[in-house]
Amino acid sequence: MSQEKVILEELKIKLVLERIARHLHERYRDFENTVLVGIQPRGTFFAERLHERLLQYAPHLPFGKLDITFFRDDFRTGTKQLLPDPMEMPFSTQGQRVILVDDVLYTGRTINAAMNALQSLGRPSKVELCVMVERRFHREVPITPDYMGVQIDAIGQAYVRVRWKKHDGIDEVMLYPNKEASRK
Amino acid sequence: MTDTTPSTRLSTKHLLGIRDLTKADIELIFSTADGFSSMLQGRIRKVPTLRDTTVANIFFENSTRTRISFELAEKRLSADIVNFSASSSSVKKGETLLDTVQNILAMKVDMVVMRHPAPGAHQFLAQHIPANIINAGDGTHEHPTQALLDAFSMRQRFEKLAGKRVVIIGDILHSRVALSNIFCLQKLGAKVAVCGPPSLIPFHLPKLGVKVFDQLDDALAWADIANVLRIQLERQDIKFFPSLREYHNLYGLTRERLAKHDKDILIMHPGPINRGVEISSAVADDPEQSVILQQVENGVAVRMAVLYLLGASNPE
Repeated sequence: MSQEKVILEELKIKLVLERIARHLHERYRDFENTVLVGIQPRGTFFAERLHERLLQYAPHLPFGKLDITFFRDDFRTGTKQLLPDPMEMPFSTQGQRVILVDDVLYTGRTINAAMNALQSLGRPSKVELCVMVERRFHREVPITPDYMGVQIDAIGQAYVRVRWKKHDGIDEVMLYPNKEASRK
Repeated sequence: MTDTTPSTRLSTKHLLGIRDLTKADIELIFSTADGFSSMLQGRIRKVPTLRDTTVANIFFENSTRTRISFELAEKRLSADIVNFSASSSSVKKGETLLDTVQNILAMKVDMVVMRHPAPGAHQFLAQHIPANIINAGDGTHEHPTQALLDAFSMRQRFEKLAGKRVVIIGDILHSRVALSNIFCLQKLGAKVAVCGPPSLIPFHLPKLGVKVFDQLDDALAWADIANVLRIQLERQDIKFFPSLREYHNLYGLTRERLAKHDKDILIMHPGPINRGVEISSAVADDPEQSVILQQVENGVAVRMAVLYLLGASNPE
């Protein structure tokens, strides 16, 4: 694969948000004892959009931003960012049902770190994972999403970028041959 | 987005002094400390980042604040800690510094946090041992983490330090805090001055681009921020000024002095405070103007950032 490719465009993203919101509504009903948590930095953009949709079912659904920088197990390998983002978790997760939201599930290390971070905020009664894109290959820990926008198969160097209108000016999911190509 | 941030690694393996750091290093430490600070404000008190790292805190000089602050920072990063103080060790039996540290390192220690009365003791060690070395004060030379947390506290109040005027008042001659502060603030673009009795102002300071004030009122008229230092009587083997009372009258920061200047000067002090000597209680305890306790609070976050970033400099 040498070309960049559109995985989802604006309309599809809208439909995916709609589908996942309804699916969550079906499972969680009135979202009692439930919190929505986005993983910093880019998971929170998706979580924000999902949260807007879910407010019609649960006007008081708490929304948190979890920064997992200091919980990573690969901070010495030099591949991941060391710079933290703000942590905004204004509630305890003790006894709560946590819906964890991120944009792309790839190796699973981020989610693994997020689960460790959640442990230090209390003992959730249940944790579910919602991602926009699931990359099927190269998982390094046994993690699968409960809700997902789209599933793709891509080789190792390929890079998936999820963009959001509010932060990047456009709603789209793109596949690039490598990370550098995504910056253009 | 953090993708565009130029540097995510420190340019150095040790923190020997501010002089070795680049501006980008200092900014990286600050943005990392922001993360720890926001985390400590919330419910999380401990992260697993350094759980496979052992840190030795080696103090050849007394310390309360710095030592507790480092120890808390290490514990909150889940590091294993060995504490060592010279007063209760084989140093008393005649062991050299290098032998002491090499013996500790033989027990597989990854990082050394050290305070030592000899300026340059850390440079010497860095040439001989592989562990990361963090200077927690070397004699009258540098105290880098104190300068970092001072600048971090100023930055919380003023956002940008470039162009701000900072005066350091007191015993500059014996102060490692002063020298580290001067390096740190100048790298961040602030203007630095010192003020104190001429006998306690080092001769070479103007060469560093530092303004020197003899009169406290002139200094306060110039400054946005005043960092007040303690008179270090334990390092003064001769008399540098007639009496503490006279010192207080000429250089003590009091309400009355500050009232003469129609502006809010931010008051800082690295501790320990000698109330009624360099600063009056009313000024030190003013919740609006003084950030002395915030400095202590920020100390933990800043030291966590330093330990974290130096820890990341050891690829596995």
